[in-house]
Amino acid sequence: MLGLADYSAAEIQTILDTSLQMRDILNRPVKKVPTLRGVTVVNLFLENSTRTRTSFELAEKRLSADTLNFSASGSALSKGETMLDTALNIEAMKVDVVVMRHKSPGSPHFLARHLESIIINAGDGRHEHPTQGLLDMLTLRDKYGSLKGLRVALVGDILHSRVAMSNIIGLKKMGAEVIVCGPSTLIPRGIESMGVEITHSLDDAIRRADALNILRIQLERQTAGLFPSLREYHKYFGVTRARLEQASAPLTILHPGPMNRGVEITSDVADSEHSVILQQVTNGVAVRMAVLYLLAGGRAEPSA
Amino acid sequence: MTSKYSRFDKPARAENIFLQGARVVDPRHGTDQVMNLHIRDGVLQPTTNDAPTGAEIIDLRGHWITPGWFDLHVHLREPGKEVAETIATGCMAAMNGGFTGIACMPNTNPPLDNAASVNWVRDQARPFPVDVHIIAAVTRGRAGKELVDMTEIVEAGVRAFSDDGSPVKSSAVLANAVQYANMLGARIFEHAEDTYLAEGGSMNESEWSTRLGISGMPTIAEAIDVARCVLISEFTGGAIHICHVSARESVELIREAKRKGIKITGEVCPHHLLLTDEACKTFDTNFKMNPPLRGEADRQACWDAFLDGTLEVYCTDHAPHSWEDKTQEFDVAPFGIVGLETSLSLALTHFLSKGMSLPTLLDRAVYSPREILSQPQPRVAVGEPANLTIIDPAHRWTVKPDEFKSLSHNTPYGGWELTGRARGVVHRGMALIQTF
Ligand SMILES: [Zn+2]
Repeated sequence: MLGLADYSAAEIQTILDTSLQMRDILNRPVKKVPTLRGVTVVNLFLENSTRTRTSFELAEKRLSADTLNFSASGSALSKGETMLDTALNIEAMKVDVVVMRHKSPGSPHFLARHLESIIINAGDGRHEHPTQGLLDMLTLRDKYGSLKGLRVALVGDILHSRVAMSNIIGLKKMGAEVIVCGPSTLIPRGIESMGVEITHSLDDAIRRADALNILRIQLERQTAGLFPSLREYHKYFGVTRARLEQASAPLTILHPGPMNRGVEITSDVADSEHSVILQQVTNGVAVRMAVLYLLAGGRAEPSA
Repeated sequence: MTSKYSRFDKPARAENIFLQGARVVDPRHGTDQVMNLHIRDGVLQPTTNDAPTGAEIIDLRGHWITPGWFDLHVHLREPGKEVAETIATGCMAAMNGGFTGIACMPNTNPPLDNAASVNWVRDQARPFPVDVHIIAAVTRGRAGKELVDMTEIVEAGVRAFSDDGSPVKSSAVLANAVQYANMLGARIFEHAEDTYLAEGGSMNESEWSTRLGISGMPTIAEAIDVARCVLISEFTGGAIHICHVSARESVELIREAKRKGIKITGEVCPHHLLLTDEACKTFDTNFKMNPPLRGEADRQACWDAFLDGTLEVYCTDHAPHSWEDKTQEFDVAPFGIVGLETSLSLALTHFLSKGMSLPTLLDRAVYSPREILSQPQPRVAVGEPANLTIIDPAHRWTVKPDEFKSLSHNTPYGGWELTGRARGVVHRGMALIQTF
């Protein structure tokens, strides 16, 4: 799974449906099934992400896969080895699945051209983060029953966000409408070609959307001159309870985490009854189990 | 079967050869007819119906012979990166592509910023039927600060200066360089780029960079520098040549400047005429170059400008990179593709069928580049030194990068089916004539 761009609506539907079965496993007293016994998964995290890595690792363990973690610090890559050599070495160890996080867009596609293993993209630069897109969709589907006709606003740094990209691709395929909202310098060129609406007014987004997916804002974007200050950002694009109260009906609040409380989101919003941020985390494990099962299930021992 | 004329590493002397039955096309000198050419010791002899005794007859019926093609923008990696290309392999690639002349850029390591290194490069190229003209650096070490010893370098035969690979960042340095070069009858070749606007980018800033999550380089990063060059050229009266034009806005600025009589010239590469940024969607680094592949409107604007002469030079920006360097993540891999061995065939396959006449194509590929370097034009006429490109216009072939003479294979055209190919070159008293 390199990105949601390669998946059809029907395939996304299948993954989301399978995720529900996986979530049932997570809710059992014994949270482990032998489905992927004998399957070896390498978590190749060449850019740090404790959250996504933990979520994948847990999903792998719940399915009884053998897992191996490989991180950027201390790896041969930090000693100047190329990614291709790293990958070929991993392959030579006879693994089945590589879950990969890397700062370069297209790096999982690059790896897929050189490896036999199944590659799962766990975030490639600002390109895609397909399992995040799926877990966001699952969370919204839980709440609304269907994604069709739903209007979701992505708020914040769209330009640097792989979460935004996978959300846009997935939601559009499932028949939802997408609004992107942020300062003009954080909206990438040509994004309207992906069938989204653009607004620079948070109030406008709040008035029209059913749900807000609030993206993390990074301080270094300010020092790069993309917006004047965190203070100004918060004032115009920070999601606060007061702003949300303008909506006719309560909006569902999503955030892929980690949150900058008091910057893009205030605590009273993050912790409100309309926030599904913690459900997103649970769904993340379920979705990753589903993806692993659907992609690697065939490689498991026949008895399992 | 190999003849003595098919060795790339040791081209044979053109002692006494009779090129029989080709269509000889030299539009600037009014020639377009089927005829025989007799070459003795590298010089064109009076035409005869039958081969003179002792001459080796080469049957070229169905072929074209034109004055030697010239590639005005080539990177030979020697000195510094001989694993990607050497002067010798670059010359062999040029011969394989049908070029009898190339101009190489100075961004080697160390850069070509003095007369000694210019002479050294030319010496390395001597065994080949390819004129290697050196474009020397504008500034010492290409550091953008002090001008090179321009007079001495011009005395060594150089007629162009460029910090290509990078722009000359300081407008003051650029203005001085243009004035000084103008005094010496030379011109500045500018790699047009506002490096702040393009910073961190790996492809055109567009719908596709957004979809792919790749940092973009906007078209205006190029055009702003073109505008600066136009103003500096107008102000100083010196000539500036804009390298590898790729953006619609640049084309418009150059067209307008020419209309006003400002001494601006421009070149265009096949990839900017044939490909768009959508090609990056597989993250294949063979589509990563600088300036990057642009959108369709830019491609069309470049084509129109190429047709009407706003961009008067066809060149390749031949930029060899080793397999190791190109086989990396898209944003990490270096910019550039090789071009010498596909350029002529791409032109024959794609330009003539799209309304460009053969004389116009030869204007862009034979005459204009030499004009910009203040070089004499080759002429297919009795008593002239033979400087020829031999073309089989009907030869169909598939681009196989592994068969390139270049040390590097970083081409976006692998697998392309092309019609028309250079069969050889005759120049500097030597001949290379391939048998396919
Ligand atoms: Zn350049």
